[in-house]
Amino acid sequence: MGEGTEQKTDKPNNGKVIKKLVLVVFAMFGFGFALVPLYDVFCDITGLNGKTNDVGVAYENEGIDTSRTVKIQFITRMAKGIPWKFEPIINEILVHPGEVKFVNFYAKNKSKRDIVGQAVPSVSPGLAAGYFQKIECFCFTQQPLQAGEEVEMGLQFYVDIDLPSEINTLTLSYTLYDISSKVDS
Amino acid sequence: MTTETINESLDDAHNDDHHDHKMTGIKRWLYTTNHKDIGTLYLWFAFIMLLTGGALAMVIRAELFQPGLQIVEPDFFNQLTTVHGLIMVFGAIMPAFTGFANWMLPMMIGAPDMALPRMNNWSFWILPFAFAILLGSFFMESGAPNFGWTFYAPLSTTYSNGSTAFFVFAVHIMGISSIMGAINIVVTIMNLRAPGMTYMKMPLFVWTFFITAYLLIAVMPVLAGVVTMLLTDTYFGTSFFDAAGGGDPVMFQHIFWFFGHPEVYIMILPAFGIVSTIIPAFSRKKLFGYSSMVYATSSIALLSFIVWAHHMFTTGMPLFGELFFMYCTMLIAVPTGVKVFNWVATMWRGSLTFETPMLFSIAFVILFTIGGFSGLMLALTPADFQYHDTYFVVAHFHYVLVTGSLFSIYAGAYFWLPKWTGHMYNESLAKWHFWCSLISVNLLFFPMHFLGLAGMPRRIPDYALQFADFNKWVSIGGFAFGLSQLIFLAVVIKCIKGGKKAPAKPWDGAEGLEWTVASPAPYHTFSTPPKVD
Repeated sequence: MGEGTEQKTDKPNNGKVIKKLVLVVFAMFGFGFALVPLYDVFCDITGLNGKTNDVGVAYENEGIDTSRTVKIQFITRMAKGIPWKFEPIINEILVHPGEVKFVNFYAKNKSKRDIVGQAVPSVSPGLAAGYFQKIECFCFTQQPLQAGEEVEMGLQFYVDIDLPSEINTLTLSYTLYDISSKVDS
Repeated sequence: MTTETINESLDDAHNDDHHDHKMTGIKRWLYTTNHKDIGTLYLWFAFIMLLTGGALAMVIRAELFQPGLQIVEPDFFNQLTTVHGLIMVFGAIMPAFTGFANWMLPMMIGAPDMALPRMNNWSFWILPFAFAILLGSFFMESGAPNFGWTFYAPLSTTYSNGSTAFFVFAVHIMGISSIMGAINIVVTIMNLRAPGMTYMKMPLFVWTFFITAYLLIAVMPVLAGVVTMLLTDTYFGTSFFDAAGGGDPVMFQHIFWFFGHPEVYIMILPAFGIVSTIIPAFSRKKLFGYSSMVYATSSIALLSFIVWAHHMFTTGMPLFGELFFMYCTMLIAVPTGVKVFNWVATMWRGSLTFETPMLFSIAFVILFTIGGFSGLMLALTPADFQYHDTYFVVAHFHYVLVTGSLFSIYAGAYFWLPKWTGHMYNESLAKWHFWCSLISVNLLFFPMHFLGLAGMPRRIPDYALQFADFNKWVSIGGFAFGLSQLIFLAVVIKCIKGGKKAPAKPWDGAEGLEWTVASPAPYHTFSTPPKVD
């Protein structure tokens, strides 16, 4: 608001104020888009939204905490319009923090056309997402299935040894999307 | 027809003004750069939009009159609620306030006109096109937007009925119009104040519009950005909000409400300014705590930027986030409370009279406070899990927007009608408008609190049987409130056509430079700036 209280009787300098304000307009338009990467960084730090790593991590052997047992539940759901069957082979598994486990998921393209699927993972509670480490996951890549084709897809993971003690159950949810149209174009 | 009558009344009063080169007929209104003409255009446009959005609401209430589907299909019902919200927010309330700004700001600060008159013409004349696009989509095969005025992704992207492009372009145009209007207001207030009018001598009305304009400049570009992302997500294969492509639909809500919360203050701060002008006038006292009002308005504006996620408590935030947004939100009650107490203190031991502007202002103070209290209830994170997306929320924001913003607009319109038209309005007809509105609006919105607490969700065309009685009363209140607004139209038309001649200052307690010029205000005022001590 600066400008002070001195009066401009004949020719007020409108141009200067307008320039500043237009600059603010463009800056805020940019800020809207800057929120996109900022949001990702923020989620990374806080574990907001249960986003997990989307590139495999190397296993760091920090020992296995056999005194604790954590239950990992697996759930899957199909986004609207993807004619697949997609489900975990086992629904839940007990692990000790630090222990590497391997589980399989079953997928079948029930339709008569080739479809590229993409599974998007999310961990609940959100704060636990940062402690759920995937070494290898089918969700890191796209899953093209021909008509009628079925496949077993693997997930190798471990739970960080410093998982907060109040968390005893993690739910890993996969949502499967049909991304054929995006892949084509 | 009505524009011509205004035209005549203005012409009559000012054929003595030699600098006038007014064009006649429609060209005068198309090419005008006069702040009073543009103010008039904004106000009429806002009123037409109010009636349009109101008509949509009437269909909504008719459908909800009894359980079951009677009149409209669910999809069309969703279109009605969406367009009703968009029209009332962007078409009625915001342009009405811009109309007040155009008419009154130059006269209140002793300026000859707005600082950027040609841009002023543009910022009004692109608005009808925005709403033509929005309303026109009703007649497209796909129908109008049906994803709620908050247009959450993926409802507005993946599951859109094909109206997203129309919606996005309409919002772009509304945004450009608002930004231009806001820049104009800021430049006018900064550069065109009369000699001696320091910032802390400005009427509070001017202050609230000054702060609102800054809010608009800060957040309308963010809205433009988020609708642009929607557009590219829907039609150009980007994945800002599409989880399949690595985006995040929850992020949409964060960006939207980063715009959305300041937006709700854009719609209420000018109301504070209007009421703070009227209450002192009819209490015949100075406004209590002027500087605290200025600081309270500024702090409400600043706080509005850090409370957005209270609209999203149920999206699964970490506990820390919920607490942060809850406490920040409750903090806003402090400056708002300062304002309410200042209005009451202004009335305290004043020589009160109860002309219609004052009646609407007092109703504003009481009913807006009710809306504020329900807002506080919604701010409590644990309680919000019950209230979220129920009719309680609908009750809350209609109390602040209808009995808040809209009532202040009516108060302001009655207050300045004598200055605008040169005639006194018909007081008894105006009182009919007030009392009919007051009773029906409470019948309309108060039972919604109970419906919400009992669990009726918002945005549904049908409901469980136990909600039937309350909904019947709400609908009756709705029809009565809708009809009552036609009384206002009658008052305004009568006032333009004639009535008792208004003196320069028709309200003996009123203060401000606008009352030093004749009624109706001459086409050009303050060509030489007045001296303010």
